[in-house]
Amino acid sequence: MTVPWPSRPAQVPVLALGDVLLVTLQGELLDTAAEQLQQDIAQRVARSGATGVVIDISGVDIVDSFLGRVLAEIAANARLMAARTVLAGMRPAVAMTLVELGLTLPGLATALDVERALELLSGHPLAAVPSDPGKEDT
Amino acid sequence: MEAVSRPVTAELPIGSDADLSRVRQRVRQAATDLGFGLAQQTKVVTAASELARNTLVHGGGGLMEMTSLDDGHRRGLRLSFVDHGPGIRDVELALTDGYTSGGGLGLGLGGARRLMQHFTIDTTPGQGTTVTVEAWEQGVPTARRGTP
Ligand SMILES: Nc1ncnc2c1ncn2[C@@H]1O[C@H](COP(=O)(O)OP(=O)(O)OP(=O)(O)O)[C@@H](O)[C@H]1O
Ligand SMILES: [Mg+2]
Repeated sequence: MTVPWPSRPAQVPVLALGDVLLVTLQGELLDTAAEQLQQDIAQRVARSGATGVVIDISGVDIVDSFLGRVLAEIAANARLMAARTVLAGMRPAVAMTLVELGLTLPGLATALDVERALELLSGHPLAAVPSDPGKEDT
Repeated sequence: MEAVSRPVTAELPIGSDADLSRVRQRVRQAATDLGFGLAQQTKVVTAASELARNTLVHGGGGLMEMTSLDDGHRRGLRLSFVDHGPGIRDVELALTDGYTSGGGLGLGLGGARRLMQHFTIDTTPGQGTTVTVEAWEQGVPTARRGTP
């Protein structure tokens, strides 16, 4: 059958903004691509010594238990390398669905958008910083 | 109140993660066409993603049947996920949040049951598993858009 099918989604872009890696997820993410991304981010954090990772999921229309677990593992790996991860821009419908699914994403900070996520990581006084911003040494 | 079901409107294979992606997109399209709101679309697509992945990972692959429903008042969507894998020995246990036989979170089955309005599992050890769910239009009645 020749059902028109969108071509394979592009590699997930990972952008370095100073000490922060900005990862932008868009639309459909295949399981294999999500696992690949997890490895890529861990390598980039290790190589660059980034202190923060922002994952922009404003373009993601569902988060299921698989993607939720990948996101939690990205954060856990980053934390081992002393980098904090913030999930930015989760859509309200996605957040509501995650609650019913029972997925809590422990250890993942969230922010309304990328700008606020960056403020959170830089310890901006206007942002609600959950932990001591002066804590840098390991 | 017996739901009138039309013949299966679509049958999609579930054999790879690209198939999971196709399942999500087709279910999204069907939910949109039925006039489901954004919140409900998101729930239905998420549940479908969980169940299709179970069919792939635990059932060794299979297919999804999609049927649109109409009970005279509301429209709905029925999704059946069919595999001929190992089956589920203890359904209650499988439905328990946090129970997984693999490396998962153990949220898929229980989560899908919470996200949908109707949920049944038909499974025979050694023969396979069929999970059937339904979602019905809900919430405040809104004017149906006439444009496709
Ligand atoms: N189609 C199936 N065939 C056989 N066993 C299944 C099937 N679907 C679910 N199961 C069993 O039920 C268990 C629970 O399923 P559930 O989807 O809740 O969790 P999971 O798939 O292990 O993890 P995840 O949270 O990633 O979905 C599975 O670990 C598996 O043992
Ligand atoms: Mg599952």
